[in-house]
Amino acid sequence: MNYINGKYDVVVIGAGHAGCEAALSTARMGLSTIVFAVNLDSIAMMPCNPSVGGTSKGHLVRELDALGGEMGKNIDKTYLQSKMLNTAKGPAVHSLRAQADKHTYSNEMKKTMENTPNLLIKQGEVCNINAQDGKVVSVQTISGAIYECSTCIIATGTYLKARCIYGDVSINSGPNGLQSANHLTESLKQLGIEIFRFKTGTPARIDGNTVDYDKMEIQNGDERVVPFSFTNKSEEIEREQVPCWLTYTNNKTHEIIKENLERSPLYGGVIKGTGPRYCPSIEDKVVRFADKERHQIFLEPEGENTNELYVAGMSSSLPEDVQRDMLRSVSGLENCEIMRVGYAIEYDCINPLQLKHSLEFKKINGLFSAGQFNGSSGYEEAAAQGLIAGMNAALKVKGKDPLIIDRSEGYIGVLIDDLVTKGTKEPYRMMTSRSEYRLLLRQDNADIRLTKKGYEAGLIDGERYKNLVTKIDLINEEIARIKKTTVGARKEVQELLTKYNSTMLKSGATLGELIKRPELNYEILSEIDPDRVALSDEVKEQVYIQLKYEGYIIRQEQKVQQFKKLEKKYIPDAINYEDIKGLRIEARQKLQNIRPVSIGQASRISGVSPADISVLLVYLEQFKRSNNNE
Amino acid sequence: MINDTIASISTPIGSGGIGIVRVSGNNAIEIIDKIFKSKSNKKLINVKTHTINYGYIYDYNNEMAIDEVLVMLMKGPSTFTREDIVEINCHGGVVVIQKVLELVLKNGARLAEPGEFTKRAFLNGRIDLSQAEAVIDIINAKTNLSLQTSVNQLEGKLSEKVKQLRKQLLEMIAHIEASIDYPEHDMEQLTFDKMRKGSQYLKEEIGILLETADTGKIIKEGLETVIVGKPNVGKSSLMNVLVRNQRAIVTDVPGTTRDIIEEYVNIAGIPLKIIDTAGIRETDDFVEKIGVEKSKEVIDKADLIIMMLDGSSPLTKEDKTIIDLTKDKKIIVLVNKTDLDMKLDIESLKTYVNEKNIINISAKEKIGINLIEDSIKEMFLKGSINMKDNIFVTNVRHKNALFNAKNSLNNAINTIDMMMPEDCISIDLQDCYDYLGEVTGDSLDESIIDQIFSQFCLGK
Repeated sequence: MNYINGKYDVVVIGAGHAGCEAALSTARMGLSTIVFAVNLDSIAMMPCNPSVGGTSKGHLVRELDALGGEMGKNIDKTYLQSKMLNTAKGPAVHSLRAQADKHTYSNEMKKTMENTPNLLIKQGEVCNINAQDGKVVSVQTISGAIYECSTCIIATGTYLKARCIYGDVSINSGPNGLQSANHLTESLKQLGIEIFRFKTGTPARIDGNTVDYDKMEIQNGDERVVPFSFTNKSEEIEREQVPCWLTYTNNKTHEIIKENLERSPLYGGVIKGTGPRYCPSIEDKVVRFADKERHQIFLEPEGENTNELYVAGMSSSLPEDVQRDMLRSVSGLENCEIMRVGYAIEYDCINPLQLKHSLEFKKINGLFSAGQFNGSSGYEEAAAQGLIAGMNAALKVKGKDPLIIDRSEGYIGVLIDDLVTKGTKEPYRMMTSRSEYRLLLRQDNADIRLTKKGYEAGLIDGERYKNLVTKIDLINEEIARIKKTTVGARKEVQELLTKYNSTMLKSGATLGELIKRPELNYEILSEIDPDRVALSDEVKEQVYIQLKYEGYIIRQEQKVQQFKKLEKKYIPDAINYEDIKGLRIEARQKLQNIRPVSIGQASRISGVSPADISVLLVYLEQFKRSNNNE
Repeated sequence: MINDTIASISTPIGSGGIGIVRVSGNNAIEIIDKIFKSKSNKKLINVKTHTINYGYIYDYNNEMAIDEVLVMLMKGPSTFTREDIVEINCHGGVVVIQKVLELVLKNGARLAEPGEFTKRAFLNGRIDLSQAEAVIDIINAKTNLSLQTSVNQLEGKLSEKVKQLRKQLLEMIAHIEASIDYPEHDMEQLTFDKMRKGSQYLKEEIGILLETADTGKIIKEGLETVIVGKPNVGKSSLMNVLVRNQRAIVTDVPGTTRDIIEEYVNIAGIPLKIIDTAGIRETDDFVEKIGVEKSKEVIDKADLIIMMLDGSSPLTKEDKTIIDLTKDKKIIVLVNKTDLDMKLDIESLKTYVNEKNIINISAKEKIGINLIEDSIKEMFLKGSINMKDNIFVTNVRHKNALFNAKNSLNNAINTIDMMMPEDCISIDLQDCYDYLGEVTGDSLDESIIDQIFSQFCLGK
């Protein structure tokens, strides 16, 4: 029986990482929000790696925190170990990563959601999305209840028609034994949405009591913990950390895998979905990198109150007996017991080319989507999209322009632009190499880049914004001062320079020039900088980075100028690509399909070459001239 | 509209046996059908592609035949511009070919802009950027050598080489990216040493290409040469000897206010463009005629100064003035009239000019002329030129791009030496990659296309 059960500004379907960010943001922006999950115990669940962050993913978390999202705060409350990666390399690629207590992470997020005004969490499977005249009007759950809405955000992750497979076992189930959602796909197809089928996978979990740690290398966290959230201080979140363990596969492991390949559902043809290239199963690795003698394996604790260990690096869908044998061939795991078998999961998702940069569907007004449903992989990628989709749904209800972050402003911009412009044939994973302006998009300056936008949208409060403005002022003042401060070739100066193996001065130099020398830094120079005032670590870090890499930063900013020029060359909505004769067939098809909004976006579409762009530019020029003449 | 039909005269203006009017575009065949009349009354639209058809160009309005012609019909996309192309081979008289063109334009075609045919070939993907530029060069090639270089470019040899370098660069960049994105994996780290070696190697390869740029430019455009000397020192005799010995190409350059006649003299395959010969011809005193300021200007512009001295009289003040003006330029001093008594003090001359640039000749008796050739070759060409497989960079735009690419590699090497982190190095390497892409057209800046095609002349 169908009945109306409520009316909301925003309906969010799914309470995973994307769904939570979406729901929290719209509620916090003052809109009435309801979020559905097939199981309320799985809110913000981590079905795979028990961690947040890593290369480029850490950047995403920092950015979403800068905008007012929740993930950064939540991991700071619930982490077990924290590590800054890539410290041997430049600041642009320093990446923060934290192991989480899965259970606590999920509980904290649920608690936060329960205590947020304007937000209702409900257990139930959404089966239908209803639209009228191309605009979303309501959703319906399996019990027949209808919820009217102005906007709807789909964040179903890996649940749609999910199938878990290992060996010859195939279960229609969502991740981690949870129920799958089997009805919504049909409704989406009726709305004209193009559906893909992707796969991803997860490794086994083993019992920590059955592991011989003496044969492994211990991996400890950093002593000084850097928080994910800009609202937290290092001292506030310090805790005793839990170690991880490193071991390796060996030839025996690889033999076992190779001998049993035809029992693998992937190689045996049972799995049809496309898997992630950058997160391969151990079978994939052994086949593709056949001459590698060993692969790394990290054992990561899943929580403080459990012995379950996640076996990172051994994602697999091989049969249970093969998984047991291959694990036991690894040094230190000779007697291990599997608590949860590894598996591959297939699920329905969409072709993201159907979305605008705001994450709203091009063809259905008011319908947004985020997360793995859009073809991405990873909690951080999902959370970032969830936040943007939420903010834009809210802005839409309020009648304002959407928040679009472009490729030069954040990794979030790179993520969304890649998805909606280039599409994806496999689960999309963020990497630093995907960004052209890596040096500008550092994790240390995410707040400087993005908090203002969060403030203008209404997610960042006035006090936090004011603190940011003060921080920026302090940074700029200090940079200006350092650039102006000269030191002469005095005895103390020469002694300091010699102490650090730096060439002595022949005449005066500014501190700004000295700081660029590879062997010197801001701290070292304090000895010859008497006018220095005490500044916070974050301010000092920014001063140092911006001075040291000034030349490169300026060059990247010049490239950004050129980029923005092409982004602002808008393509008129009315353009008919059939009229443009000089285009290659593939380019014409892609342009018609995607309908880019600017020359910049058009140039990034695969299949559109520079020659096609020239044709487009010439055509637009003539189009403009003939319109001017009319 | 970009897809209208264009037409123009493709052969040089002036009398010749054949003149060609070339038409390209959607309506090319339809338009020509309106003015073409064949014996069998066939319609070109029904004729097989890539055929030659005999008939008349006929002005139906005035009921008169304009010319007896052969019409080449080529249907796209297997044509130069990928559009339908019709080429009308008429008799080459100036009036006749203009009339044919007029008729074509009256019937629906538009006069092509400079370089528009080649522009369409590029836009339609028939040729890439450096190939497009090569077409201009083939047209303009003044000597055999130039022709070979341009053909090489058209065959994509420069593109090929640059693509090769780009590929190596990409591997280095990819290695850096992988080590950044997967720091925990025990991958073979691309050590700073390896990166430095790689950058150094690429820098040298680009350097070799750049070295050919100057030679390439000379091969393509010729050496701007000024012949200076007092009246009666024998400049015109020299000119006559040089011109008569080799095949000289004389071109009128219409449309300029002074109607300068540029004489090209081919020395060992290098075109010497002798500038401002009007003054020499009248055997006036060079400096006195046009003044010291102007002389400096002319000399500044020149790549080579050939100074002629009369060996049968001593060095004069004017001689010394001219030598002074040429201080920083490449100069060959010809001491003429060696068939007469040598009165010029060679020793004192050597204090002003490098000994190896002084050649004793007799223009009248044709003595020592081959020494001039050798000297020029020595000065401008590093050794002999082997054309067939060598790659020469002949184009200023390419030279600039390669120069910038080389600079980026210098920056990368600096960055490595300064022990800056990998992601700073990858910025420099990425810059180099983009600059190399400017040569092949893989990196595109919207203004490049306009720059190139504005250099085209009508009809190509």
